[in-house]
Amino acid sequence: MATLADSEPLDASGGSDWRAGGIWVGGLLAVLGMYMATLYAPTERTMSHAQRIFYVHVPAAWAGFLAFGVVFVCSIGFLWTRRRSYDLAAQASTEVGVVFTTLAIISGAVWGRAAWGTWWTWDPRLTTTFMLWFIYAVSLMVRAYGGPGSQSGRFAAVLGIVGFLDIPLIHLSVVWWRSMHPLPVVVRSEGFGSGLHPAMLQALLVNVAAFTLLYIALSGIRRAQLVAADAVAARREEQRIREGTLAREGTR
Amino acid sequence: MSAVGTVGQLLWKDLVVEWRGREILTAMLVFSMLVAVVFNFAFSPSPADAPRLLPGMLWVTLAFASTLGLSRSFVLEHDHGAIEALRLFPFDPSLIYAGKLLANLLYLLAVEILLLPALAAIAGVPLLASAGPLAVILVLGSIGLVAVGTIFSAMSVNTRIREVLLPVLLFPLAAPVLISGVRAMLSVLAGASWGAILPGLRILIAFDVVFLVVGYVIFEFVLEE
Repeated sequence: MATLADSEPLDASGGSDWRAGGIWVGGLLAVLGMYMATLYAPTERTMSHAQRIFYVHVPAAWAGFLAFGVVFVCSIGFLWTRRRSYDLAAQASTEVGVVFTTLAIISGAVWGRAAWGTWWTWDPRLTTTFMLWFIYAVSLMVRAYGGPGSQSGRFAAVLGIVGFLDIPLIHLSVVWWRSMHPLPVVVRSEGFGSGLHPAMLQALLVNVAAFTLLYIALSGIRRAQLVAADAVAARREEQRIREGTLAREGTR
Repeated sequence: MSAVGTVGQLLWKDLVVEWRGREILTAMLVFSMLVAVVFNFAFSPSPADAPRLLPGMLWVTLAFASTLGLSRSFVLEHDHGAIEALRLFPFDPSLIYAGKLLANLLYLLAVEILLLPALAAIAGVPLLASAGPLAVILVLGSIGLVAVGTIFSAMSVNTRIREVLLPVLLFPLAAPVLISGVRAMLSVLAGASWGAILPGLRILIAFDVVFLVVGYVIFEFVLEE
């Protein structure tokens, strides 16, 4: 009787070296970034040490938005070309993006508690990010319950496109409703980073680089896992068919 | 047959089926009245508070009622395999979206026409004085709700958790409609002019246009198997 071990070893890793490297470099950068955030960057005048949450909050939010942008592009790619690799990339990016967005929301709430005296307000950025989190959390639900075969991937791709296009509209509607979030300090009309002390900007950029690298590596690893799961499922199916044929030959 | 004729036929088919069974409209109407009554139990608004609470109560009621109608929209098609037959017809599958959307829009508008006077009477808010702006807000908002709702209704009917999935898909996506609708209606009831609600109307129009187009384009990917 054939077992999985008998057959050719599965190579679904696709050379995971660059991903491991990304984790290492990203992790080291994150350590450096945390050092710079806590010891190198000067203490903010009004918010004091609470401001240091900024060095986690902004990179996490950035990585989350980047992930959902990738989901949008991969979703279009999947519906257009029907290549499974786009679907898997979208799924991996959704999962990692939800993690980073959760981190951004939690760190923002902690900061808000220190700076505003409240964990949560219905400010445009907060509300938009929260709705964004909902859309992609639901997208994970669609993947889990979406039905047989490629259907769940197709539905998640539809949601990935519709949800991404909805974000500006959500933001506009909440801006019309109310606004309280601190204004941008990095990308401003007075010049890049003009709202920040240079050491603060350096600490922020190191953290942004670390989180971006970690996002790329983590979603790469997750995609490799999904590819491997696909390969195992295909191998099982193949084996099941082979055993079925053997059994029928046996009874003959 | 022209595209408009085809959509007309699809709409007519839905309306005839609905007229014979009266399942969707009855459920939506009774349910929305009940929600309105529950809101009044919950808040028991005084005449002074009522104009401030009414828009929120109305839009939440409409959001719930629309998921009820939308969740039924494709159930008959799906359970009797009629959607397969529809897909066999030699027309663009996006026309099915247009037909379903119009049917869902008509149901929601019918509910609004009956719900609004009832809510005004229960809460004691004179709505007739600002009927024009209110009607515009409601029609624009309803188009937005069914534009995304029809896409998700066709999706959720094919999943294991059907009725559960539709609201969790619809509500985050419909946030701009709910926020702008409530806010614009609040301003109208507070006596604001057209100019004051224009930003909200613009968001509603943008939402409607974006998702009518996206829905029309993307619907064939939802239907295929």
